Amino acid sequence: MKKTANEMRKDIIKMTNAAGSGHPGGSLSSVEIMTALYFKIMKHDPKKHDWEERDRFILSKGHACPVLYSAMARSGYFPVEELKTLRKLGSRLQGHPDRKKLPGLEISCGSLGQGLSIAAGISIGLRMDKKDQRVYCLMGDGELQEGQIWEAAMTGAHYKLDNLCGIVDVNNLQIDGFTKDVMNVEPIGDKWRSFGWHVIEVDGHNLEEVIKAFEEAEKTKGMPTVILAKTVKGKGVSFMENKAEWHGAAPNSEQTETALKELEVY
Amino acid sequence: MSSKDNKEMYLSEKLYGDVDQVPTRNGYGHGLVELGETNKDVVVLTADISDSVRTQWFADKYPDRFIEVGISEQDMMGIAAGLATVGKIPFVSTYGVFCTGRAWDQIRTTVAYGDFNVKIGGAHGGISVGADGATHQALEEITLTRVLPNMTVIVPADSEETKKATLAAAATDGPFMLRFGREKVPVVTTEKTPFKVGRAETYVFGDDISIIACGPMVYEAIIAAKELDKKGISVRVINMHTVKPIDKETIIKAAKETGAIVTAEEHQVAGGMGSAVAEVVVENCPVPIKLVGVRDRFGESGEPEELMVEFNLKSTDIIKAAEQVLEMKK
Ligand SMILES: Cc1ncc(C[n+]2csc(CCOP(=O)(O)OP(=O)(O)O)c2C)c(N)n1
Ligand SMILES: [Mg+2]
Repeated sequence: MKKTANEMRKDIIKMTNAAGSGHPGGSLSSVEIMTALYFKIMKHDPKKHDWEERDRFILSKGHACPVLYSAMARSGYFPVEELKTLRKLGSRLQGHPDRKKLPGLEISCGSLGQGLSIAAGISIGLRMDKKDQRVYCLMGDGELQEGQIWEAAMTGAHYKLDNLCGIVDVNNLQIDGFTKDVMNVEPIGDKWRSFGWHVIEVDGHNLEEVIKAFEEAEKTKGMPTVILAKTVKGKGVSFMENKAEWHGAAPNSEQTETALKELEVY
Repeated sequence: MSSKDNKEMYLSEKLYGDVDQVPTRNGYGHGLVELGETNKDVVVLTADISDSVRTQWFADKYPDRFIEVGISEQDMMGIAAGLATVGKIPFVSTYGVFCTGRAWDQIRTTVAYGDFNVKIGGAHGGISVGADGATHQALEEITLTRVLPNMTVIVPADSEETKKATLAAAATDGPFMLRFGREKVPVVTTEKTPFKVGRAETYVFGDDISIIACGPMVYEAIIAAKELDKKGISVRVINMHTVKPIDKETIIKAAKETGAIVTAEEHQVAGGMGSAVAEVVVENCPVPIKLVGVRDRFGESGEPEELMVEFNLKSTDIIKAAEQVLEMKK
């Protein structure tokens, strides 16, 4: 799995380079979270994307779709080759996910703050039908500034959605800089706790820890869980790490070569 | 009769050659910086994308009048309304989809109904946003804002005009929507080109047909006019930068004198500038109209230029529409 995670990092670099634009920073920080979900935690069938019994994954921070596309390709939804069509005219891999183009996507997204509400809706619907699937929703830490997230947080606790698991990629950065300087969202853990959520804090780049957190979430009853994954934006590529500039910029060929070399020995 | 350029408009001398290309958002950025100097009441609000909407230029010079709200567009709109009540002139800036879409109820009920002096700078208007795709390509802002009483809606043709519109926004009391884009587009006008809120300008005189355009489609309209002129069709080109309040007089005159109209906008045709023109025409002087724009379709990822072709937003599409409408006129 660690190897898969590393391959995904390379995918992210290669695909944004080929596209000439895109969002590597927040994709690289979510790699272990997505690896754990797509290769260990989630019940899903890449060959049967509309399998009714599948767990649901909702990407709320839609700009990080390179990591989602890579996880989907590597788990068998579509050929890895197709990753290089990212953001090109006619591609199924739109700059922000389009569920009508790419089978396996639950929603179309890219406007921040909306995912957790959708995930809550799915959780409520599944429970109505007495299904035991789980629902996962990945958010950014800057994204927590959207009020809708906290509306959904109330819903999750009010309806005791223990089949719902939120994950926040706490990489401390957004576009205009560090989250604490732009609009402070800390103390994040206390906020979720006070809203009635079970909170688990983990090192978001430690696969074992991330997997354990998902397992703990599944065992937690009577309330929803949120995993706060402490991460590094741009993780794995030294010149991208902790730099807001790499939120929405693609590496050129030279930078791509450097990045891939670093990831070779990772 | 052939089409004639309106010399009093002082359009770019490079218009038919190697025309300068500048993103319209730069005009917004320059306008704000100038306002920072000339108007102490101007404050600028941003929701985590200050570089891309060019408010960072203002922030660098006037940090005390710059407010970063983070990723919270609805909050930002409310804060702006509050600032307006104490005499500030707030400019609220983010991508067009997120200000007019996400915060539409705040715009409608707080800003427009309350008639507060809030200026909305909607960046990344149109399909030419490119690779980010449908979620970021704003194609609805004209519709969403022109349905609101008290609101002024401006879609400048180029960076020069965007700057003028930004200055005009600060000088005009009341809610104001400015729509501009991300990519480089031809600079049609110059510093000397007249601009007045609510007054459409005729750039090319002609009698067979009128092309009424806004935004970067003004350039496409001028190029289309040139081509049509070669075919012996004399074209009037009108820059309808103010979509609301719309210049009825110029529209009715064009309908009467040319008897056929094509509208062109980088926006959904439903409810857009073309619809606004059609409303005036059907009520006052019905003549055939064709609307060039996006037709009931979301945007897509791609290169800006290939998308303009894919979505039928080039001068060639205007020419086709002109030929069709001239058939209808017969
Ligand atoms: C409603 C909305 N407002 C603004 C944006 C533009 N935008 C895209 S990504 C981003 C920053 C996101 O930061 P964060 O949530 O921390 O994501 P990450 O660091 O994981 O990339 C912004 C402001 C958007 N996509 N949607
Ligand atoms: Mg972040």
